[in-house]
Amino acid sequence: MSYTLEGKTGPWEIVVGLEVHAQVISNSKLFSGAATAFGAEPNSQVSFIDAGFPGMLPTINEVCIAQAVRTGLGLKAEINLWSRFDRKNYFYADLPQGYQISQFAHPIVGKGEIEVSLADGSTKMIGITRLHLEQDAGKSIHDQHPSKSFIDLNRSGVALMEIVSEPDMRSPEEAGAYLTKLRQILRYLGTCDGNMDEGSMRADVNVSVRKAGEGFRTRCEVKNVNSIRFVMQAVEAEALRQIEVWEAGGTVDQETRLFDTNRGVTRSMRSKEDAHDYRYFPDPDLPPLVLEQSWVDALKASLPELPDERRARYLALGLTPYDVHVLTLEKETAVFFETVAKGRDAKLAANWVTGDFFAALNRLKRDISDPPVTAEHLGELLDLLSDNTISGKLAKDVFEIMIETGKSPLVLVEERGLKQVTDTGAIEKVIAEVMAANEGKVAEYRSGKDKLFGFFVGQTMKASGGKANPAMVNELLKKMLA
Amino acid sequence: MTRLTDFTLAQARDALKARSISARELTQAYLDGIAALNPRINAYITVTPELALAQADASDAKLAAGQGGSLEGIPLGIKDLFCTEGVRTTAASRILGEFTPPYESTVSGNLKRDGGIFLGKLNLDEFAMGSSNATSAFGPVENPWSRANDPAKRLVPGGSSGGSAAAIAARLALGTTATDTGGSIRQPAAFCGVAGIKPTYGRCSRFGVVAFASSLDQAGPIARDVTDCALMLNSMAGFDPKDSTSVDIAVPDFAAAVARGVKGLRIGIPREFRMDGMPAEIEALWQQGIAWLKAEGASIVDISLPHTKYALPTYYIVAPAEASSNLARYDGVRFGAREKGADLVELYEKTRAAGFGAEVRRRIMIGTYVLSAGYYDAYYLKAQQVRALIKRDFDLAWEKCDAILTPATPSAAFGLDEKHDDPVAMYLNDVFTVTANLAGIPGMAVPAGLDANGLPLALQVLGKPFDEETVFAVSGAVERAAGFKATPQVMA
Repeated sequence: MSYTLEGKTGPWEIVVGLEVHAQVISNSKLFSGAATAFGAEPNSQVSFIDAGFPGMLPTINEVCIAQAVRTGLGLKAEINLWSRFDRKNYFYADLPQGYQISQFAHPIVGKGEIEVSLADGSTKMIGITRLHLEQDAGKSIHDQHPSKSFIDLNRSGVALMEIVSEPDMRSPEEAGAYLTKLRQILRYLGTCDGNMDEGSMRADVNVSVRKAGEGFRTRCEVKNVNSIRFVMQAVEAEALRQIEVWEAGGTVDQETRLFDTNRGVTRSMRSKEDAHDYRYFPDPDLPPLVLEQSWVDALKASLPELPDERRARYLALGLTPYDVHVLTLEKETAVFFETVAKGRDAKLAANWVTGDFFAALNRLKRDISDPPVTAEHLGELLDLLSDNTISGKLAKDVFEIMIETGKSPLVLVEERGLKQVTDTGAIEKVIAEVMAANEGKVAEYRSGKDKLFGFFVGQTMKASGGKANPAMVNELLKKMLA
Repeated sequence: MTRLTDFTLAQARDALKARSISARELTQAYLDGIAALNPRINAYITVTPELALAQADASDAKLAAGQGGSLEGIPLGIKDLFCTEGVRTTAASRILGEFTPPYESTVSGNLKRDGGIFLGKLNLDEFAMGSSNATSAFGPVENPWSRANDPAKRLVPGGSSGGSAAAIAARLALGTTATDTGGSIRQPAAFCGVAGIKPTYGRCSRFGVVAFASSLDQAGPIARDVTDCALMLNSMAGFDPKDSTSVDIAVPDFAAAVARGVKGLRIGIPREFRMDGMPAEIEALWQQGIAWLKAEGASIVDISLPHTKYALPTYYIVAPAEASSNLARYDGVRFGAREKGADLVELYEKTRAAGFGAEVRRRIMIGTYVLSAGYYDAYYLKAQQVRALIKRDFDLAWEKCDAILTPATPSAAFGLDEKHDDPVAMYLNDVFTVTANLAGIPGMAVPAGLDANGLPLALQVLGKPFDEETVFAVSGAVERAAGFKATPQVMA
């Protein structure tokens, strides 16, 4: 059943396309050697090129080109061996050159696609129209002084990838799933950190509505939405607004809008009439960008495993779809899991990572990049479990001590004498003591009160300090109580 | 007795090396000339005597130790379009205000590296837009030459590198930097009776040169003669990773090529350059040039450059289009002059209206128009297509010839009060020179004779891309045959 919004005139379908601006991970800017680190002092990472000084010229940063090509390969997209930078001309105080260098007519990456997973377990292909490289502008700060604006050019010239989707999404959920998957791919590739709250990934959301079977109606663009949740909210809010306009007998005007996150509505930013004439033309300072196929091939050969491939591999290991999903969502989680699982039972490893380990992360409000227990130590704990050195119950206790002390489970088991007792004679001795102390209960059991077996297991484990091997305790108890 | 300013650059270099003269006395002689004549000629916007003398002393120390670069101790003038570290750079515009770059252009840096001494910054048309040097915000430059029949009439030095050409002619510098976007080296060199070469696009770095039209701008020298130009270019040229359009190709010994001769070379004569209404003395000079080269053993080939007639209109679309974008950065926000405005848009409007002169404003408006939605295809795109055809004309011509000989300008220098009411008449000055910029090929102006009024006239030698050596060889032959020894009326 496809997603629709109910209006007065019946159901409406939503059409969504996204333009995502993803900041390229690189040490220096697209056309200058200035640094790109987030959070630096204002105007501390600005070269004369970024500030548009007289006589300054752009030179292409090869790292940024490689990152765009790797992203294109990750999106299974065509790589254009010939691309070109154009100038997009407009005046603004935080645009020092008076133009943005972008790829308007000939982008570096062409058509590609992304497969997204939806809540009902289905998947859907979303088309990628293109990916192009461009410079970011600086930042205007209007709230520091009653009559002045401040300009921070740290971001000016930073490389952005603009990733444009086809209008293939039909619900807020699909838009959210697309963004989530795109961000996952970018993070796997290491081409964008995907941190929307730091502005290193932002989305322009194109929304229109239509009746079933119609062609596209006029769309509006909601600019600069900075979280996946807000994108989903903006899609719905804008679609509802448009439905209201159409149903009132009006027409939707093509315009640029902003999403008011407090009120949950979109409002007009500028209409088509006062749209800029950007006077695009090829940047004469930069010759066309020509790539060698062999260079692209080498980048392709060195691509890391991508989420889809990793998911397929985990499913083949016998992990549950849920475990596969949560383990592959973030590359760091997958790397952690694989360290734990290396040379060990994958299912056991998955259970521990998604179970006790994730619970600990949540409880301690820690991140996978700063885990309370290292993957190596968790792996060692699984080894102790597998070779019966400790019991499953004891393992949980050891895990907690590992969090407290940061020590290896091998060390802890040794230090605290937690080794599981598998010596038959020793366990028999404990059982004998337990039976001697509970003669009445032994008699009841022998007279048919089977339920008391659990009592004897508990008492024996307690008397052994939890160290007796539970399977052996069971076996020996059955024999001795018989 | 030979005066210090009589030395050519090559002679001065040898005298400095031999320690028969010092860099300080040579520099002082030029500074004295500037002090005496610049108030009239106005070739310099900024003169830096203290810096120059300090550099001269440093050069003398090196020369005394038997060290020093290829231009050690040579007093040079730098067109005020090249950014010079610590020295105000104006582009002859009010909009740059007191802008003092904290960086050095690659080309001027190369000259410094080789020991050149900077006397100051040379006047030009505002942002290099003009053919008369009359659009400078710092006043026009006066040509040191005057008409025999009207000596009181003040003449233009040509443009945009009018300060560079006038400074060489009046002996206010031994060598100068210049730039050429549509003829801005060759036309003023021709008007002032000195030599100038626009090298192949990509031969000299554009880094640190205030941009006019990026796909056409190219730096080159104006100097006393062909050899001096070769020595200058040898220092100025070279690959620069800071300019993506600079070409990574070896810089040959240009000076060595000057004496090479033209025996066996095929010299193309483009029939389309024989224009209606061309003055008889320009035609006569051209024929004389052909005869000289023939006499030196070159063969003369009739060639066709069929798209020549479209070159000027093409140029006046491409150049303003790029300029309109390149000059957007002069907005009063980060450097240069700023006018107060109630809001950002008013700040822009007032700053740019006050900062730019009429010719710059005209070209920004033309450029903005031809790039606008709805006009782009008809103007800019069409112009780029025609430009490709003009370039192809030359590619085909090189199958038949090794170099091309043409007049440099359609006339001798005109009066400061002439042609300014009619921008199109002014633009026609570039008719012989713009094709080389559109095709990216090297071109040199060589003084070759005088007109009936005693004003210098020049021939132009065009060459294949990155074959400046042949251009120097042909220019050297023209120079030797012409034996041009005339000097201007005003001279230090």
